[in-house]
Amino acid sequence: MEIFGLGIVAGCMFIGVIIGNLLGQVLGVNGDVGGVGFAMLLLVVLSNYRTSKGKPLSEKTEKGILLLSALYIPIVVAMSSIQNVVAAFSGGAVAFLAGGVATVGAISLVPVISKLTAGSEKKKAA
Amino acid sequence: MIDIIVKIFTKNGLVAAFLLIAIIMMVSYAFAEFIKQKRMGSAIAIVVGLALAFVAGKITGGSKGLADISLFSGVGLMGGAMLRDYAIISTAYGVKFENLKKAGIPGVVSLFFGVTFSFVVGGLIAFALGYKDPVDIATIGAGAVTFIVGPVTGTALGASSEVIALSIAAGVVKSVLTMIITPFVAKRIGLDNPTSAMVYGGMIGTTSGVAGGLAATDPKLVPYGAMTATFYTGLGSLLCPSIGFVIVRALLG
Repeated sequence: MEIFGLGIVAGCMFIGVIIGNLLGQVLGVNGDVGGVGFAMLLLVVLSNYRTSKGKPLSEKTEKGILLLSALYIPIVVAMSSIQNVVAAFSGGAVAFLAGGVATVGAISLVPVISKLTAGSEKKKAA
Repeated sequence: MIDIIVKIFTKNGLVAAFLLIAIIMMVSYAFAEFIKQKRMGSAIAIVVGLALAFVAGKITGGSKGLADISLFSGVGLMGGAMLRDYAIISTAYGVKFENLKKAGIPGVVSLFFGVTFSFVVGGLIAFALGYKDPVDIATIGAGAVTFIVGPVTGTALGASSEVIALSIAAGVVKSVLTMIITPFVAKRIGLDNPTSAMVYGGMIGTTSGVAGGLAATDPKLVPYGAMTATFYTGLGSLLCPSIGFVIVRALLG
């Protein structure tokens, strides 16, 4: 049933966020360290495991998960409509430059890091 | 009449949000088709969302964009962290484990590099613009990491609320800017495969920015970028108030 798909994702979310919070506690950071990441990893492992065993999730269960991922972009649009954009524009030069230069710099370094690490992996393989 | 409508919309907030977002997306996709840029649909919708948030913020003076207008309060739930995280996790379905393993090392490298880079850049700019107190510099630098790391660091170090507000603003600038420019520069930075998406998530790290930017670029890349980005704020909250601050203080004598 479709609801199984929603339930599987919800289950992964709670397990992941609990792990993230425990990790945060261990590291002395208040809050969640990578909870969503752990949850995603869990879902990847689960679905890959089922497929490798030749028992993939049923089509209806899958539909529940796909419904959620289809809602993802609308949710992002909703998210953008509740940002504090006024604050971003009125934070003054410091906020604008610090945030802006960090963003533009980090984005332009993406290909450098991709290439660097891809290169080192190739070397390892060779 | 108007009272009744407002009451019904407020009472059924989440459903009203679905209606509103559906309309925004319909208009944005129609516009994208009109200018013959079909793939820009979601990018345009995100920019429309940001523009509406700006207008709403100006009108209400609040900090939550459209959600501060009672008629649209439901978008706060729809676009809030709960549903965002729930939907992000679902995108991991269908991801191949091999792809993740392949991008594992680049992802981790980019995380550490990304946090350090943003912190250093933010701190340098704060210093250049006249901030001399290591607490202020570390807090603004942390704000350039994400708008959560900024206040976490500022609170831990005892920064003034004015500087904490600045650090949040720096983080919001980063997040908004990432959503806007990513689809335009995607090709140039080679953002078209799982590995570079994971590096991108690790370099930028602001979950909302990465999520929005990748969704507007290529929805297939979302899970990879989101996966690394979700560790970024945690790593920043860990490094900035501790090692980051100690280094800033040592540099300033």
